[in-house]
This record gives sequence, structure tokens and C-alpha cells, in this order.
Amino acid sequence: LTLETFQLLSPELILLLTGIVVLVVDLAWRDEASSEAEAPRANKTIWVPALALAGLGAALLATILLWGTPPTTVLAMMAVDPFALFFKIIALVCVMLVILAAVPYLQDRTRYRGEFYALLVFAGLAICLASSAIDLISIYLAMEFLSITSYVLAGYLRGDLKSNEAGIKYFLYGAVTSAAMLYGMSLLYGATGTTNLSLIAQLLTFGEESIQWLAVAALVPLLAGFAFKIVLAPFHQWAPDTYEGAPTPVTAFLSVGSKAAGFAILMRVLFTALPSFRWNIGWMAFLMALSIISMALGNLIALRQTNIKRMLAYSSISQAGYIIIGVICLVLDAEGAFLGVNGSLFYLFAYLFTNLAVFTAVIAFESATGSTEIADYRGLVKRSPVMAGVMLVGLLSLAGIPGTAGFLGKLFVFGSAIQFNTTQTLVLALVGVLTSVIAAFYYLNVVRQMFFEPADEGAEQVALPAGLKVGLVVTAVGILVIGIYPQPFLDLATESIQMLGMVF
Amino acid sequence: MEQLLTFIIFMPLFAVLLILFIPKDEERTIKSMSVGLSFIPLVLASYLWFAYDKGVGGFQFEIFAEWIPAINVNYHVGADGLSIPLVFLTSLLTTLSLIYSSFTITRRVKEFFLLFFLLEMGMFGVFLSLDLVLFYVFWEIGLVPMYLLIGIWGQPKDRPQYSAIKFFLYTLAGSVLMLLAILGLYFYHGTFDIVELAEGLGENGPLGMLFGGNSWLAIAAFWAFFVAFAIKVPLFPFHTWLPDAHTAAPTAGSVILAGVLLKLGGFGMMRIGLPIFPEQFKFYCWDAPIIPILALFSIIYGALVCMAQWDLKRLIAYSSVSHMGYYMLGVAAAAAAWGQSSLSDAAAMASNGAAMQMFNHGIITGGLFFLVGVIYERAHTRDLALTDEDGNPMRDENNKVIPAFGGLGKATPYYYGIFLVTAFASLGLPGLAGFWAEFFVFRGAFEIMPWFAALGVIGIVVTASYILWKIVQYVFLGDFSLERWKMISHGAKLTDMMSFEKVTLWPLVLFMIGFGIFPTPLVEFFNAFAQKLFGG
Repeated sequence: LTLETFQLLSPELILLLTGIVVLVVDLAWRDEASSEAEAPRANKTIWVPALALAGLGAALLATILLWGTPPTTVLAMMAVDPFALFFKIIALVCVMLVILAAVPYLQDRTRYRGEFYALLVFAGLAICLASSAIDLISIYLAMEFLSITSYVLAGYLRGDLKSNEAGIKYFLYGAVTSAAMLYGMSLLYGATGTTNLSLIAQLLTFGEESIQWLAVAALVPLLAGFAFKIVLAPFHQWAPDTYEGAPTPVTAFLSVGSKAAGFAILMRVLFTALPSFRWNIGWMAFLMALSIISMALGNLIALRQTNIKRMLAYSSISQAGYIIIGVICLVLDAEGAFLGVNGSLFYLFAYLFTNLAVFTAVIAFESATGSTEIADYRGLVKRSPVMAGVMLVGLLSLAGIPGTAGFLGKLFVFGSAIQFNTTQTLVLALVGVLTSVIAAFYYLNVVRQMFFEPADEGAEQVALPAGLKVGLVVTAVGILVIGIYPQPFLDLATESIQMLGMVF
Repeated sequence: MEQLLTFIIFMPLFAVLLILFIPKDEERTIKSMSVGLSFIPLVLASYLWFAYDKGVGGFQFEIFAEWIPAINVNYHVGADGLSIPLVFLTSLLTTLSLIYSSFTITRRVKEFFLLFFLLEMGMFGVFLSLDLVLFYVFWEIGLVPMYLLIGIWGQPKDRPQYSAIKFFLYTLAGSVLMLLAILGLYFYHGTFDIVELAEGLGENGPLGMLFGGNSWLAIAAFWAFFVAFAIKVPLFPFHTWLPDAHTAAPTAGSVILAGVLLKLGGFGMMRIGLPIFPEQFKFYCWDAPIIPILALFSIIYGALVCMAQWDLKRLIAYSSVSHMGYYMLGVAAAAAAWGQSSLSDAAAMASNGAAMQMFNHGIITGGLFFLVGVIYERAHTRDLALTDEDGNPMRDENNKVIPAFGGLGKATPYYYGIFLVTAFASLGLPGLAGFWAEFFVFRGAFEIMPWFAALGVIGIVVTASYILWKIVQYVFLGDFSLERWKMISHGAKLTDMMSFEKVTLWPLVLFMIGFGIFPTPLVEFFNAFAQKLFGG
């Protein structure tokens, strides 16, 4: 352990420290006052999340400072490379925006708010660890860390039956897929005798044929585990109920942060350990099937939803189906850049702002009115033009309308499918664009309620606390900036994958 | 003036930003400022009209700047003989629509004017883009404001929400396929640039054969583009969104829909379809003449459906299907003559006719929708006949349909006069603008595909009948009865045209008469484009 190690792990260390400090501060300031005497508590509710935000901001700064250092590994368990840093940025921005939105949301729902922020910080830490992990052990530990914090977060509202259901359902499904994933890992370990991803790749490539068959067998349970986190159909069954029941800020986190972590690990494992198992019955065909099922099923079922959180759950399934196209259609160009997958990363970045814009608006609406029914959004443009406006931008971005980040994300992943130029990938692109037309219908259905339907007689203005306003403005600006001037973000995504040690 | 086109495209966006900061209760300020601001693009477009050197031709005022260098997407815009009249049409109709709307829109004023400017930006962008991604971006940006315009300000009884989403999904379904084709072109030829693709493709071109000679891909890409454009034009059988959208939209929305948005499709066929896919276009216009058959269907079916309408606005909506069929016939004839130097004059003629049809249909049908708005504002009904509860026309003892309006010619002579000029222009009366477009289309098409042209002429006859019979006779002729007027309008006052209505309609009428008597300036523009395409 040298000073440099600490420096390389600074984002994680800062997060760890932040999480603990948040817990301690919350504990130390826990006042004796009953729930009626909220006045002193109200002060604390600002300070605890502010502390968490400051810690996350420091971690984000540390991550950005690490950008540009040559890729290295730490303790043979963690890699510090642009790929990992890219996902850390996504994770940290995501958790910051979620905390910003969570403050007013939690106000009337629970008295135990401090732990919530601590858990979110720890979940962010778990994503950071997952994006750096380069060893089966560290991958599994990071995934479990993320899962367990997420289970608790999903079931956080003890008094709310739906939240309990969300937590339990997520936990049961998670436990099964986690076991399956572990089984896949043990097969890989059994075949090669190592848990290091790049060593696995070497041993598999030069090993006997019988070993290779073991790797093929390991592929399915592994991908099932990742698909569970990414929410790809048919490993999505937990998502609608969990998304609906979990506290909405947690839903936002699951749909963005947790999904990003799944993608980080999926790409890392597939590209580092199993690049030679891509063709024939390898992961490409498997992922293609998952992608098509997700796009079709997610979009079709979303059509019938009346609850916005459930609708966004199915939308999140279909979006995962779009994002994975770039991974499937990865190619190596003449200059050594991996195309296709940079589209996926760009899409994830666009999705970060897009989905959080929509979720921040949903949280704002729910905090003010207590409703998550789409029909209750009628006339929102009159009741809160800012909320309706940002929601419109977010939904258009989800639908992939030009001028928004979501359009370019789709452009790049569909572009990679066209560039790959096989019948299967062309079908993939075709299914992708056709289902995105279906998607426009249900996204615009919300727009219809907000803009076309009149508000109820005497409906009041929807209050918009400052924190939520900041979240809404930041995400909307993010969507438009990425949508109009994408080059720097594209460079960022391309740089992030250039040094991913691939053995193609 | 180097950045003239940038100013034209983004001036509406500037207007959006200005209006955004006016409080929404200051309706008068918003309205007068919007009208004022809309004159800036109009003046710039007029300047463009006169500054373009038709003798030189080609693209002028070109601007080229990198946008997304990673995938070679550029901000490449330029104006040529095809786009300049359409840019002018867009700015003219937008200004007139805003003038008209500032007197008729009373609800959610700020939103209305914001969206209208966004729409204008999208339309300018499509006409001036020379990069496929830029083209696609502007193409779809216009969708959202139009969707909201129909949905929010549509009349409740016209099912605006249904019409709005139908409009959106139809266009989107067409355009996503176009997006795949755009990406296909890029990955085969390494460029999104329309000019580069149009000039560089071919056996000896630097980009090689289209899709490396893979005819299946070329055909798939051609149809992807064609269907996207055909939905917008709209060509039978892709037209079903149009009657709903046009009927439901507020007056200014219908004007822009019919006047400009339909032209986006037509423009796309001539800017991208003909230059990049000439052989595929020719194949489906000549060897397997699917496209001219669909054009004929649009002309005749559209006109026949008009005969059966009892809703004045729906009638005019369907007339667009028929009129844009002439446009399609002209383009089909031009495409069919591709590569035959003996027919190049006829091809240029047909192409000029088609382009003129776009421009003239814009001013004429725009005018007709304004005129429907005039009567609707007074009567709050657009039914041509008295109807029973099921919406069927009622008949008198002689089994004749009882007209709802009837005799407005006597009651509102000014309105009658303006309507008559516009209606005659629409049916193609010589001396008015509509005539020349049809004349050029048929003059060109007769030489190239005489049978199609001959059958197409049937449409002119049907058009004359629905305009004279359904519109002029039912609305204006006969005896005026104040009693019946009070009944259908629920006691509203009948006044002749007011000054703001005259101000919106006179410019259009002047253009109809002006280009009817002297179409040369218009022909020169389109001919500059056609000569470049078919001349060599």
C-alpha cells in the first residue's frame, strides 16, 4: 500500500468516509423530540443530505482529477482506467441528483431519513467498486454490496406495504440470480483456476477444447446475473413491482445507477474475460435475443400502464434493450477504437440525464400531490409549467426525438447495428426503430395528459421546492446540451473504451 | 450576410427565447412582438429571393461548419432554386398565420406563439439543410410543436388528441425507417452530405455505386426514404392522417400543415430522392410504375372523396391529397425520364410543374384554410348542409340537400369575392397561379407517360365539380336566409370580412393573381434546379 494507492482509490475512500460520517452525524444529532416537534429536525434534514452531497461532490472531483492517469490496477482486484472512471462519473452524478430529489420526498414519509442518504452514498460506492472490478471475487462482492443496499432502499418505507413488497421481491429475485451468477463464476474458476479476468481470457483462448465448453456453460448464468441488474427481459420480472413500490428516489436510482453498474460489469467481463466466446453460440447471439425481447416486451406492455412508475419500469426495460445493441455490434476500426460500444456508453450518459429528468419531475409531483397515476398529471402545464416543461423534454429524449440527448444515443447504437451489417444486426436495428415508434405513443400519452387535458376545477399550483428545481434544471440542460453539442461527450465515451484491455 | 441562412433558420429560435421571458399575462405584448419578429425572417427570405443568382444556379449562401466530427456530421446549409421559394413561402405563411392568430387565439397565448416559432425553425431547417442528419433533426423537430398545436388548440368535437397523436406516429413511423437508410448511406459511403452523395455516386463517381452495387440495399433504402416522404406529401394510401390532422388543427395550424408541412415531403423527394436514388426512382416510375399509379389514385380518389364531404374543412383537407397527387405525377414523370437525354426538356418541365404545384398549393390551400377559419369564427360550424343527429345531410321534399349557409354571396360579398378567387385558383383556372403548375405537370408528363397524364386530367374535372358544386354553390349561391343563419350559428352575428382577415388574405390573393399572370420568376427558380438535375 502506497500513497499512490490511496490516490487511485480516492473516490471510493471519500465515499466510504462520507457514508460513515453521514451515519454518525445522523446518530449524534438524533433528537429526543417527538414527531410533532419537527422544527429542530427540519434543520438537520437539510444538513445531513448536504453533507452527503458535499462528499459526493468531492468524490466526483477526485474522479475527474484521476482522468488522464495511465490505466493501472490496484491489488490486482481493481482497475483505474477511463472506463471505470466514466461509470464512476455516472454513478456519482446519479446519486447526487437522487439525493437532491429525495429531500422533499422523504419529508412526510419517514422519520428515519439520515440512514437513507447513507445507504444511497454506499450504493454509489458499490457502483464505483463494480465499475473498477477486474476480478471475479471483487466483481461478486461489489455486486452483492450494491444489491444489499438496494434491497434495503427499496423496502425503506416500513409502513408502506408496497415498499415492503418491492424490497422482498427484489431480494428474492436478486438472491436467485446472484446464486446463478456465482455458479457461472465458479465454472469459470473451475475451468481456468484463476479469478482474474484477463488471465481467464488467456487460459481459455489457449486451453483445451473441453475447458472452452465449460466457459460456454458459464456464460448463461453469468449473463442472467448481469441481465437482472440491467433489467433485460426475460430477467425483468422483479422490476415493475419494485419500481412501483420502492420510494421513488430509489426507483430513479435503480433505473439509472444500478443499471449502469450492470452494464459496466457486463462489458468488463465479456470484453476482458470472454472475448473469444462471442460468435456462434456465444454471448452475441444471447444478448441479441435479450435485446429484441426487451425492446418488444418493454414497449408493448408499457402501452397499457396507468401508473407512471410502472410505465417507466417497462420503459427502462426497453431502454436497456436499446443500450445493449451497441455492445452486441462492437467492432474495431482501423485506428483501434472500439465502435458501437462507445454508442452504448454515450447512450448511458444521455440516459442518466434523461431518466433522472423524468424521475425528478415524478418525484416532485408525488411529493406535492402524493399521486403516481398518469391520469393525475392532467393539466400539469397550468399547475407547474417548469415541471411540465422538463418532463416534456425528458419524455421526448426517452422517445428519441432530435434535439435531445436520447436521439443521439439511439442514432449511435442503431448506427453501430447498421455498420455491423449482418442480417441479424439489421433486424435488430429495424426492431429498434419500430419499437421506438410504439414507445412514442406511451411517452406522448403523458404529454397529452399534461398539455391537452384541462386541470381539475380549483386545482392548485404544484409546489416546487428549491432542491427539486435545481435537479429539474440541471437534468433538462444536460439533455439539451448533450443533444445539441454531443462531441465532447462522444469523445469522453470513446476515450473510455479505448484502453479497455480487449483481446479481439 | 455570410451567415444569412443561419440567421433565417435560427431567428425563430431567438424569438422563442425572447417570448419566453415575457410574462404570460401580457398577451398583447406577446402577440405584437411575435408578429413583429416574424417579419425578420420574411424580410431575410425576400432578400434571399432577390440575392440568389439564378444565372449561376446551384447552391449559394452555403455555410459549412463541423458539428459532430466523430461521425462526420456537419452543419451544412445552402439555398438553391428549389428551396428559396419554399423558404419564402414558409416565412410568408408563418407571418400571415401569426397575424391571423393574434386576433383569434385567446387561450394559452404564450405557448401558442412559442410553438409556432419552433415549428418555423424546423421548416426552415429542412429546406436549407444539406446534411442528412441535420435534415433529419429539423424534420422531426417540427413534429413536436405541430403535435401540441393540434392537441391543445384543436376544436374538441374534432377529436384533436386522436388526430394529434395520429399525425405524430405516422410521421415518426416513416421517418425512423428513413433514419436507418441515412445510417446505411453513411456507413457505405462515409458521408452524410447530400451534395456529396448526389454528385459522387455512380459508376465513375468518387463514392462508387450506390451501396456498392447491392441493389437490394439500394431498393430498401429508396423505399425507406420514399415512404417517409410519401407520408408527409401525403400520397395515397399513406394519407389517412391528413384529414384528421387538418380538420382538428386550429386555423393557423391547418394553414401551416397544408401550406408548408406537406411540402417537406415533396421537397425531400426532389432534394434527396431524385438526386441520390435516380435509378430506383426511375424503376418504380417507369419499369414498375407503382409511384405514378399511386399518384393517379391520389388525384382521382382524393377528388372523389371531396365530392362526398359535408364538412368544409375536411373537404379542403382532402383536396390537398388530390392536389399533391399532381405534384407526385410531375415528379414521377421526371423520374421516369431520368437518363434519357431526348426527354430531358420534358423531365425538367414536369419537375418545374411539380415544384410550382408545391408553392402554389401552399398559397392557395393556405388561403382556403384561412377562409374556412373566417366562416368558422362566425358560425362555429363548418357543415355545408343542415344535418340530422347522425350527421347526415337533411333533404327537403324534392329530395334536395338543404344547404346550411347558402346565399352568403349576397350577405358577405367581400368574403365571396376573395373565396371565389382562391377557389378558382385551386381548380386551376388560367390566369391564376394554380393553372401554371398543372399545365407544366401535364405538359411534361404527356411526353413521358401519356396514359398516366391522360387519366390524371380526369382529376381536374372532378376538382372543378367539387369546388363549384360543393363549395361555391352550397356556401355562396342561392337565397340568403337570416333565419337559417341564426339557427346554425346559434344566433351569432354575420359580418363580412374584418380588416385583420383582409390583411391575411390579400397577400395570398395577390400572389395567386401575380404568379397567374406572370409565373416567370417562379419558373426561373425551379428551372435553375431542374436544369442542374436533368440538364446534363
